[in-house]
Amino acid sequence: MTDASGKGGPTETLMVTKFLRARPQDSWTIDAARRHNNAYQTLDKAFAMEPDAVVQAVSDSVLRGKGGAGFGTGQKWSFLPKDVFPRYLCVNADEGEPCTFKDHMLLERDPHQLIEGIVVAAFAIRTDLAFVYVRGEFALAADRLGQAIRDAYDAGFLGKNILGSGFDLDLVLHRGAGCYIAGDETGLLSSLEGERAMPRIKPPFPAAQGVYAAPTIVNNVETISTVPHIIRRGAKWYNAMGENRSTGTRIFSVSGHVERPGNYEVELAKTSFRDLIEGLAGGVRDGHTLKFFIPGGASSPWLMPQHLDAPLDMDYVQGELKSMLGSGAVMVFDDTTDPLQVAWRLGKFFEHESCGKCTPCREGSGWIAKVLYRMANGQGRSDDLDLLLSFGNNIVPGLNAPFAQTTICALGPSTMSPVVSLNRWFRDEIIERMRADETRRAGLAVTPA
Amino acid sequence: MTTNAVPMSQWPSEHRYTIPVAPGPETVTVTIDGRAAQIPRGELLIKAAQDHGTYIPRFCWHERLKPVGMCRMCLVEIEGMRGLQISCATPVADGMVVHTTSDAVTTAQDGILEFLLINHPLDCPVCDRGGECPLQDQTLAFGPGESRFVEEKRHFEKPVPISDLVMLDRERCIQCGRCTRFADEVAGDPLIDFGGRGGSTEVITYLDEPFHSSFSGNTVQICPVGALTARPYRFRARPWDLASTETSCGACAVACRGSLESTSNRLVRLLGVDSEPVNQGWLCDKGRYGLDWVHSDARLRQPMVRRAGELVESSWPDALDAAAAAIRNTLDTHGPNGIAVLGGSRGVNEDAYLWARLAKGVLGTDHVDAQLGDGLPADVVLGMPRATIPDLDRAKAIVLLAPDLKEELPVLYLRVRRAAHDLGVPLVDVAVRDHGLTPYATAVLRHAPGDPGAAAGVVADALVGRPGRTKVGKAIVDATDGRDGPVVVILGRTSVAEHPDAIVHAASRLTGLPQVRFLSALANPNVHGALDLGLTPGFLPGRVSLDAGRDHFTKAWGAVPDAVGRDAAGILRAAATGEIAALVLVGCDPLAECPDRNLARAALEQADTVIAVSAFMDTAAFGATVVLPPTVWGEQSATTTNLEGRVVRLGRRVTPDGSTLESWRIPAELAARLGSDFDLETVDEVQDEIARVAPAFAGVDASLLRRARDGVVLPLADHADEVTFGRAGAGPGPSWEPILPVPEVVGDDDRSPSTSASDSPSAAVPAPTPPVPLHRWDAPPDAPSVPPLDAYALRLVAGHALYGADAIVAATPALASLTHEPTLGLNARDRDRLGVHDGDRVRITTARGSVDLAVRTDAQTPPGTAWIVANAAGPGAPDLIDLTSPVTELRVETIS
Ligand SMILES: Cc1cc2nc3c(=O)[nH]c(=O)nc-3n(C[C@H](O)[C@H](O)[C@H](O)COP(=O)(O)O)c2cc1C
Ligand code: SF4
Ligand code: SF4
Ligand code: FES
Repeated sequence: MTDASGKGGPTETLMVTKFLRARPQDSWTIDAARRHNNAYQTLDKAFAMEPDAVVQAVSDSVLRGKGGAGFGTGQKWSFLPKDVFPRYLCVNADEGEPCTFKDHMLLERDPHQLIEGIVVAAFAIRTDLAFVYVRGEFALAADRLGQAIRDAYDAGFLGKNILGSGFDLDLVLHRGAGCYIAGDETGLLSSLEGERAMPRIKPPFPAAQGVYAAPTIVNNVETISTVPHIIRRGAKWYNAMGENRSTGTRIFSVSGHVERPGNYEVELAKTSFRDLIEGLAGGVRDGHTLKFFIPGGASSPWLMPQHLDAPLDMDYVQGELKSMLGSGAVMVFDDTTDPLQVAWRLGKFFEHESCGKCTPCREGSGWIAKVLYRMANGQGRSDDLDLLLSFGNNIVPGLNAPFAQTTICALGPSTMSPVVSLNRWFRDEIIERMRADETRRAGLAVTPA
Repeated sequence: MTTNAVPMSQWPSEHRYTIPVAPGPETVTVTIDGRAAQIPRGELLIKAAQDHGTYIPRFCWHERLKPVGMCRMCLVEIEGMRGLQISCATPVADGMVVHTTSDAVTTAQDGILEFLLINHPLDCPVCDRGGECPLQDQTLAFGPGESRFVEEKRHFEKPVPISDLVMLDRERCIQCGRCTRFADEVAGDPLIDFGGRGGSTEVITYLDEPFHSSFSGNTVQICPVGALTARPYRFRARPWDLASTETSCGACAVACRGSLESTSNRLVRLLGVDSEPVNQGWLCDKGRYGLDWVHSDARLRQPMVRRAGELVESSWPDALDAAAAAIRNTLDTHGPNGIAVLGGSRGVNEDAYLWARLAKGVLGTDHVDAQLGDGLPADVVLGMPRATIPDLDRAKAIVLLAPDLKEELPVLYLRVRRAAHDLGVPLVDVAVRDHGLTPYATAVLRHAPGDPGAAAGVVADALVGRPGRTKVGKAIVDATDGRDGPVVVILGRTSVAEHPDAIVHAASRLTGLPQVRFLSALANPNVHGALDLGLTPGFLPGRVSLDAGRDHFTKAWGAVPDAVGRDAAGILRAAATGEIAALVLVGCDPLAECPDRNLARAALEQADTVIAVSAFMDTAAFGATVVLPPTVWGEQSATTTNLEGRVVRLGRRVTPDGSTLESWRIPAELAARLGSDFDLETVDEVQDEIARVAPAFAGVDASLLRRARDGVVLPLADHADEVTFGRAGAGPGPSWEPILPVPEVVGDDDRSPSTSASDSPSAAVPAPTPPVPLHRWDAPPDAPSVPPLDAYALRLVAGHALYGADAIVAATPALASLTHEPTLGLNARDRDRLGVHDGDRVRITTARGSVDLAVRTDAQTPPGTAWIVANAAGPGAPDLIDLTSPVTELRVETIS
């Protein structure tokens, strides 16, 4: 895409981040949101529709979940069993995927957009109780969202008979205690019930039996923040952006060895990784070259410089590049980076965050981290990479994206992402290095354990 | 199972999650490894495969627990589904094609085992589980030969005690959640849980709250590794040295089926056997660990005779002669009415029958009572319409008119809890104070001690749809409206501090309900056998009254008593006044068991002759003229009758030390010395005589008892179709899986190994009509008068604790440490009103006596009442109770 101003170079397409960019000084207040952003003005339009028509509009927009899995939002909503009540809406604001910081920004800077989305979504799925599960560490976000919820109640956008529509909605802000696995939707639901955040066996899926065994829709903050825009401007307007099944915009959190790390909202499919990394984020820091990048959070397999021109299209990245756009966290690593250290650090993260419920992940994540530690620190063996792939195959049978799994949830297979990536892009280099380490150790009088 | 959903454990949630089952025909066709099978819709794949001969390895799944899908060992390939599926949480669907041994599956199994082993300490040589360990077995069958893990394993301090009975080794734990799910789902004691995360996930107890559960031993049995070990069993045997015999537990009247194991002629372990109608595999800790008493040094192993005022060891012929002489002497001086037989409720059917025959047929006395004032009138127990345990599962409602089942009949508590909590059966709790089942009750009715009648009236009305004006009445109507099935009333002695007339009257108000059945909650292990076999005044063996059975038994035995005799209270009173001169105590100690200790003491002091049949030198034996030590549980083959009236076998596992006599031979030998040779050589012959003579036992002979897998419920004519023969379905058998019952003799119909064939009741059970009509309880008593509440006194409630002062507990070190000193349990309001604090010693005085006890605040006890455990050692409730008074009022004064 090119800049409409004709200056060339890639630009952002601001939708959910437009207002918070426009008024950095007070975008989170209800006054600013109402006065300068027409906050809550889609409510009347939504209430005038049949709930099913709202669901249909969201389906037509091809809005897909922005939390990681990219599941069709309208389709998910339509999975709710007919006439089973109570049912709940739960917004996933746990944002634990390493280097993802977009929801964090939406919560702190535009909470009313989210609340408006929640009211519309709750109306569409016919629930009168919604939850926002906010990651424990997000103190400012919880404060601002809490204030926003109080202000919305006061202004009549939450509570009984909202805007005279006869529709009631209560919104509960729930703060987590800080663990990655509470971000998995079923782990989140366990945590919301007051239990340990441990994922659940599916089926039953949350839409059938979610929190308190009642039908529950779980959606990401950015997904729900997008909903008012779709209702306000129509499904057609939304799916005119992007291509195929990657419509609309997404916020990418770019971090690492780039000149201008940050959140960038761009049109899907029409924008490439190069536009994002080299254009918007200012490229790899001066004097260095790109070694590899992680396209969609720590769980996604890594990509290489040759992939820079690939479009930010969810299906393309999954189908052609065997990776995923995941949570939209793009981590950029330059030529100073040791891929083994990165792999080890990510492995360590997954080991620490594995909930321990199922065997392959509980035991495998620790084993992966231990072997990677050895490899990254001069104690590796030349067959270690194959060892990792061999037992890792028992977590991710086939080792091919999209990952199959022997585990309960997707954290299990994520533990293998770094290993699969090392093997895909750095195999020869690593084996050579391990051999050298072996030779070096053999030369020592006393071999360390 | 043909529901649309299978209950599942979405652990760690407490809410009710289910696995959806696709609609379809009742029976679906599933192809497992190329073989098609017809399976009920909704069955879990792992179970369906097992029933059809394909064993899918597993760790976390247990047939009696909800599936949780944690271990991932049971992965299989299902055609048309992406990746591998866990067979423990996948219900079968029509047309499913399953592969359990494909390359993908075996690779995955190998991988799961490798993962489980990387942090496992592999200390098999010093692990109790070694040799019968599923992790060992499955590694051998499905796992890798070698470990590729070269790093440091996870370490924990090991082992740590998590309760007085159970030790936990966190290094061996494979985090399957069987123990935690059992404690939560089955026992209702969620005192163990997981702590930590990822690789450091560990089973934990809560701070300052050890795993105090009466069911903790079940977690040891079902743990698939040696992570949980039982302190009484640790390091005492290697599995391959154990010999087992199927038996029934002898600790209470549920008679749970068990597998009794010994090594070197010592009993070391009792495992629960999964008898569907009885215990579904579970045991309570008292039954499971109550083994050491059998080998206790305190056991009497030689008869004793009092000579020159001293009890001295004697030979059996001399002791039996001495006993017979003393009896003959009493007959000469006092006639038959000068002799009484007390006890028999802790014995076996065979000795109960022969004591009844000796007393009633030979001595001519009807002063016989198996209960010591702690039970219910035999008229009621023998004559009420009886329920079975499985009736609970399908009841319209369960009404509790019973003591705390969690303490007195623990595994019955599990079944009632399951019915109420998992199967949705409405539970109506009528009691003075809260107890183990109160949390599961649909309706809770509280009444003053001694006055349950009005509450029972409300229940009776509500169960026929008349809610009255009360909330509970409405709750009962709402919960039972439209439900079919029997109303099961669990009837027991709610408190031994009040006269049984009160509870009998309450029960009588329920007898008019349609389809009402009663389940007796009397707790002594063979009290029902003893009553059924005539150890109670006014009755002859086989649930017939003295009058109804007179002709029949005169023919069989030669003679029966002329008139109805005295019950225990009457016997003790008559002994205290010298009217009864000789007391035969059959395995009972009135000073410990009779709720009125003053009466028991007076009786024993006055009696000229006391013949004690006792395994221990208890207080009764201490003052006896002759002491005759019988063989006990585990040492003899016999039968017992549980609270349903189910006759089950007891197995012999060890040879007794010393010189004890099989318990049933003692009355037979005495009879022979008193001129009546019963001509019985073997226990089978006794069983056959019972089947021939005792009307309720018609058809229940030795041969049937050996063949019936889950025993036989009396009378056979009503329960013939419940008798099952043959082996239960194809099961893996090791101790951590449900151990399926196997009859002693596998009948001719056992050629087909499939479950369906062997589960089907044999139509060929001959069920003769009893020769004499069985007794019926049909004379509801008049309402007893209850004294008005006395505002200045507290009314006593006294019931039994699981770990009381009986021989099983006292002579088993592991259990003896679990007993508590008796205390005076008071509501906080009464405590404050009296101005006392926890731990203060107070003097408690009733019309009968006075004792000093410490005060304990007890939220379960309502204001105006006081709670004292009836079966604790030392001074306590029995010193305060008068068997004849309707209630026990007590006053409390502080002592300095
Ligand atoms: C280990 C794990 C962590 C996850 N963390 C998050 C998270 O922090 N935020 C989020 O929105 N979704 C997260 N997800 C994805 C959620 O499970 C779920 O797909 C998402 O919340 C659905 O919302 P969406 O459809 O709007 O994307 C995570 C998934 C897994 C397996
Ligand atoms: S895959 Fe890992 S995080 Fe997910 S349920 Fe299993 S142990 Fe827990
Ligand atoms: S202690 Fe045993 S039963 Fe409990 S989780 Fe560990 S392995 Fe399973
Ligand atoms: S047995 Fe199925 S996951 Fe454990």
